[in-house]
Amino acid sequence: MSDKPLPAVDFLKIPDDGEPYLEGHKCQPCGAIFLGARSVCSKCGARDQIEPMKLANLGSLYSYSIVHRSFPGIEVPYISAIVDLDDGASVKGNLINVDPDPDKIEFGMPIEVVYGDALGRKDRDGNSYLSYFFQPR
Amino acid sequence: MSDAYIVGVDMIKFGRFPEKTVPEIGSQAALLALDDCGLSVQDMEALYCGNLGQSSGMVGQRILQQIGQTGIPVVNCSNACATGATAFREAWTAVKAGLYDLVLAVGVEQMGKGLLGGAGGATGIPKEGLLGSGTMPAVFAEAGMEHSRKYGTTFEQFAKVSVKNHHHSTMNPKAMYQIETPLETVMNAEMISYPNTKLMCSVNVDGAAAAVIATESKARELGLMKRAVKVRASVLTSDPWQERDLVMPDVNTCTRKAAAAAYEMAGVGPEDINLVELHDCFATAEILHYENLGLCGDGEAGRLIDEGEVALGGRVPVNVSGGLLSKGHPLGATGIANIYEVSTHLRGEAGKRQVENARFGLTHVIGLGSACGIHVLEKVA
Repeated sequence: MSDKPLPAVDFLKIPDDGEPYLEGHKCQPCGAIFLGARSVCSKCGARDQIEPMKLANLGSLYSYSIVHRSFPGIEVPYISAIVDLDDGASVKGNLINVDPDPDKIEFGMPIEVVYGDALGRKDRDGNSYLSYFFQPR
Repeated sequence: MSDAYIVGVDMIKFGRFPEKTVPEIGSQAALLALDDCGLSVQDMEALYCGNLGQSSGMVGQRILQQIGQTGIPVVNCSNACATGATAFREAWTAVKAGLYDLVLAVGVEQMGKGLLGGAGGATGIPKEGLLGSGTMPAVFAEAGMEHSRKYGTTFEQFAKVSVKNHHHSTMNPKAMYQIETPLETVMNAEMISYPNTKLMCSVNVDGAAAAVIATESKARELGLMKRAVKVRASVLTSDPWQERDLVMPDVNTCTRKAAAAAYEMAGVGPEDINLVELHDCFATAEILHYENLGLCGDGEAGRLIDEGEVALGGRVPVNVSGGLLSKGHPLGATGIANIYEVSTHLRGEAGKRQVENARFGLTHVIGLGSACGIHVLEKVA
């Protein structure tokens, strides 16, 4: 078992000395940003010209749904959100610290990415995980 | 290149048949379609079979093992919710290519109940409810809310889609449900993923549909032109790259590409279309496709549902079968079931829900991942 939390997804990076961040992979010729490493760009077809980059921690809410029914054991309601980060990447996640009420949620509202324990979820080996969340700023 | 005609087409009444197997359900539809044109499986030169849940299970061959093993080529295909349309299109392609004069296409699915999507990976921890939702109601809610963001589309307007489609299905004996659902009932139903309530989500059902496609010369030779339906366009697209691809499946662009290609192939425009069966997997999705299919301009979909233009009796009735919302959505069967519906109207055989004087109809399905299939059909006689 790891003595430190593991990242919930591959594109969440946890440096030994520093703050966690989200990592994108940017195609140098066309600028498309992907989540996760890859060798070929699916926008322009360029090969081996995709470089890792630290994604912005700030962005705005693009779209969302308030989820009231999910799979057994998943706590509801929660806000499933699509956030456009300031550098052009789009990321999906839970929007927290807002009431799950459409009257309280505004398209384009300024968002920051925050990091925290993955809602107490552990894997089969008992490892804890670190995840990312969105909250209004 | 010969034109291709639908000469036989039918579907079983959608429902839940846990006591039956997938090939049994598929066989029922195949026999109905053959009976519809008075032909036998012995007359068929190839079978194209669409099924998702048993995509490695040779469903097409197992259907022939039930209704007649003649040694013809069988192609099994799966393409998410575009599976049935893809099987139909493969059959059409073979006829257009001149390989065969008479072919059979079958779409069949047996579904469980409950939420689709968002199952998550085998390793690590479950991501559902941690990194948003991968469930289909939420994914299509997010797509609908993108429309709200752009044009101010309301929860009530989305809900009206369900009111309309459930109303239509009261006139369709082959639909899963025949129940009126007033606006308050739809809006007050259990919220699944805002703005989609339970009555705004398609019904998981078992079902099958089948079609016999013929060349023009064969249809004439067999005396089948009177009820034949001409396939004016058959188009399949996949999803071109979009900036939010990784987090937000784009059901719009591949539909718009397919629609443009279909209208061009058919030589008609959206203004010529008399009825549409489109992919209302969720009420939010139907609103998007009014614009994607060119039934109205961008931003006008809310007005279209408000003013009843897409209801039976309106300018361009949409989902008079009841749609996936009320007829039901057996994934692999849906693409042929909607071809059955449009064909039935073009033949003037749709009974109480008949769209009067229908000459052109359009069918549309979209499978996430993504695949979009569109067919434009024309009345012959």
